[in-house]
Amino acid sequence: MPVAFFAVFFAYPVAAIVARGLKADGAWRLGRIGEVLAQSDVRHVLWFTTWQALVSTALTLLVALPGAYVFARLDFPGKQVLRAVVTVPFVLPTVVVGTAFLALVGRGGLLDELWGVRLDTTVWAILLAHVFFNYAVVVRTVGGLWAQLDPRQEEAARMLGTSPLKAWRRVTLPALAPAVAAAALMVFLFTFTSFGVVQILGGPTFSTLEVEIYRQTSEIFDLSTAAVLTLIQFVAVGAILALHAWTVRRRETALRLVDASVTARRPRGAGQWALLGGALVTVLVLLLLPLAVLVQRSVGAAGFGYYRALTRNDGGVFLVPPIEAIGNSLSYAVAATLIAVVIGALAAVALTRRDAGRFVRGFDALLMLPLGVSAVTVGFGFLIALDEPPLDLRSSWILVPLAQALVGVPFVVRTMLPVLRAVDVRLREAAAVLGASPWRVWREVDLPMVRRALLVAAGFAFAVSLGEFGATVFIARPDRPTLPVAVARLLGRPGELNYGQAMALSTILMVVCAVALLVLEKLRTDRTGEF
Amino acid sequence: MLLSLEGATVRFGGRAVLDAVDLEVAEHEIVCVLGPSGSGKSTLLRAVAGLQPLDSGRVVLDGRDQAGMPAHRRGVGLMFQDHQLFPQRDVGGNVAFGLRMHGAHKRQQAERVEELLELVGLPGADRRAVAALSGGEQQRVALARALAPSPRLLMLDEPLGQLDRSLRERLVVELKELFGRLGTTVLAVTHDQGEAFALADRVVVMRDGRIAQSGTPLEVWQRPADAFVARFLGFENVVEATVGAEAADTPWGKVPVPEGAPQGGRTLLVRPTGVRLVPADAGLRCTVTARTFKGTHVSVHLQPKDAPRLEAACALRVAPDVGDEVGVEFDAAEIAVLG
Repeated sequence: MPVAFFAVFFAYPVAAIVARGLKADGAWRLGRIGEVLAQSDVRHVLWFTTWQALVSTALTLLVALPGAYVFARLDFPGKQVLRAVVTVPFVLPTVVVGTAFLALVGRGGLLDELWGVRLDTTVWAILLAHVFFNYAVVVRTVGGLWAQLDPRQEEAARMLGTSPLKAWRRVTLPALAPAVAAAALMVFLFTFTSFGVVQILGGPTFSTLEVEIYRQTSEIFDLSTAAVLTLIQFVAVGAILALHAWTVRRRETALRLVDASVTARRPRGAGQWALLGGALVTVLVLLLLPLAVLVQRSVGAAGFGYYRALTRNDGGVFLVPPIEAIGNSLSYAVAATLIAVVIGALAAVALTRRDAGRFVRGFDALLMLPLGVSAVTVGFGFLIALDEPPLDLRSSWILVPLAQALVGVPFVVRTMLPVLRAVDVRLREAAAVLGASPWRVWREVDLPMVRRALLVAAGFAFAVSLGEFGATVFIARPDRPTLPVAVARLLGRPGELNYGQAMALSTILMVVCAVALLVLEKLRTDRTGEF
Repeated sequence: MLLSLEGATVRFGGRAVLDAVDLEVAEHEIVCVLGPSGSGKSTLLRAVAGLQPLDSGRVVLDGRDQAGMPAHRRGVGLMFQDHQLFPQRDVGGNVAFGLRMHGAHKRQQAERVEELLELVGLPGADRRAVAALSGGEQQRVALARALAPSPRLLMLDEPLGQLDRSLRERLVVELKELFGRLGTTVLAVTHDQGEAFALADRVVVMRDGRIAQSGTPLEVWQRPADAFVARFLGFENVVEATVGAEAADTPWGKVPVPEGAPQGGRTLLVRPTGVRLVPADAGLRCTVTARTFKGTHVSVHLQPKDAPRLEAACALRVAPDVGDEVGVEFDAAEIAVLG
């Protein structure tokens, strides 16, 4: 069933894009790729996409690696809370992040008011937003491993006569390197396919491939060029994912891992206190300040006027009062979560079966594709593939949840797989020998162990579909906008009221996502406490 | 026969882990499969349980071929090497699991759980968490869980493998007595010969997926089938020899053999108790290279000139020191001609 789902809602749309881009009058024209690539503005977009991703990745590593150390090796009060706070940006909708940075560094933003500094016309706004977003990726993947590395390895090197710095460079760094590489690739992938942030902060000057695809489709109506661009992005993302899979496999080489709770120490010495302080200031300025400013702007001078304005239908921007977007978003997200959890859980179970063949294992990598292949590809594919026979879903409300579920499934699979793989096969065998049928084995042995993971996965899918922008913006009907789509549309209009309403809607969206995430964090810590 | 394997073969990537094994277990019999790790013992149990499909051959239970019969319908019990208790259930939940799968009533379950916990020496433990149990207690719970649905055949995979020595020796006696009382048919595998000999009515020695020898503990101990079995049982004085009517030609010189022993080129086993130490000017001249105190006796390693080492067992008060020169004579009653 997961295979069929992906065939119809992923492979088929992608195939439709290929056909649209490279086929004219029934004949294949591979020359189109060369033609599109020869255009100077396309080359410009490609160049910008690549270098901003590289710089964003480098900046993120620079800022987040000390943070990873602090979270892995230092013990301080409030660490649990701070860890949750750091993760919030990652699940925040790109639109919210874009809006928050607009409120911080944009026209009439906080920095503009204080010092007359505006960054929204420069690339810095985009880069900062990307660091904001991906801080958690590095802290979680690198810090997670760092916390489990046995400090005694470093101590052993010290006993053999190396200096602390050299011991770190020779022992810890090589063990961390694959995790750093994997995190860097992930960040590169996310920033390479960045859409919402660039769409809002980039203005007319800066445009990534993803934004360009959207522009070609919805503003210039050049579907064939958009299709070719999508293909280019598809290939690039495939390459990055392949590289990522390779580094992850290398990371699995035997490392001595210990319980994370025993490796953290109280900070000692000036250096460690400085690192801790630096990390705290980073979190405060980089992560919390933009969100605080967003909230402050949404309230604005008008009291809660912007919020009240959301409930009115001024007939200009929308056919319906903006507040209805909340209901739309929530109901779409519930449907998308249901689909994503069912499909994702089935896929994860299929992947953990012992007799899973090579075909199924290949499917593992395939499942990750929608995550990287970018939401815009999914939305665009849906737009051109599913609005005509044989499959016409254009008028059906299910189209939006389907696209959002497609983006959410990889998260579900990623959350479920490690837990399912950790269930000892012989525990299942023990149940079978005692007379449990395969279905009873799943219910009696697997389910009690993965119940929490299933909840966490559902929460992730919920947060993802709530904030999903790239795909939804293609296919959401004008009279049924979701929250991110409504925010983007409000920002696209001039006037203080629209701006304020966008801030207010973003704040609402942020609060919903943050609450979802904090509930998840609670579930997670409960789980680690129990097993 | 309750269980018979006919030509059971399992291959992992071309290598035969079980190689055309024929084995029969009668009702109420306790059979112990003994072998070094990698000899295919565990695979044998998994094949009978239905967890490992056969590449060829048959598993027949109660006269019925089990081909295509899934594990949960075979009605056999299997106690895993590391117990595999369900971590999220308490002791009672673990023991009742099989009963629940077979649709027993709540009250029936409770009664049986109580009865079994009593039987394995853990009365009233049903509310305890499995994580809080010691190794020996986990082992008892695993046994109770396997016994609860009254399987027609109980299989044990290294039942006492992870426990410390004194506990192991006590439990093996308890198990033997318990199985005798219940009339359980048991097929156990172990790499520990002491465990096998103490538990089994019949011992089956396995090597590289084949059965090397099968017999009562006494038979196997007294007449190992070949050099492999002899060495696996811990005997070191095993050599190729030419056996004549009364004595055999060996690297150690003329060695007397028991009456009626088969003649010709054979493998000869000299038990340590059959190596008698005499003054250095009599018998085969050896140097003492090592001396290990074994509690009831001393094991002495002897190096003759131009011949393989010999192991001798002797009483503490007559044991020579390392470096001493001694003479060796052989006792025909403690010598076996193999094969």
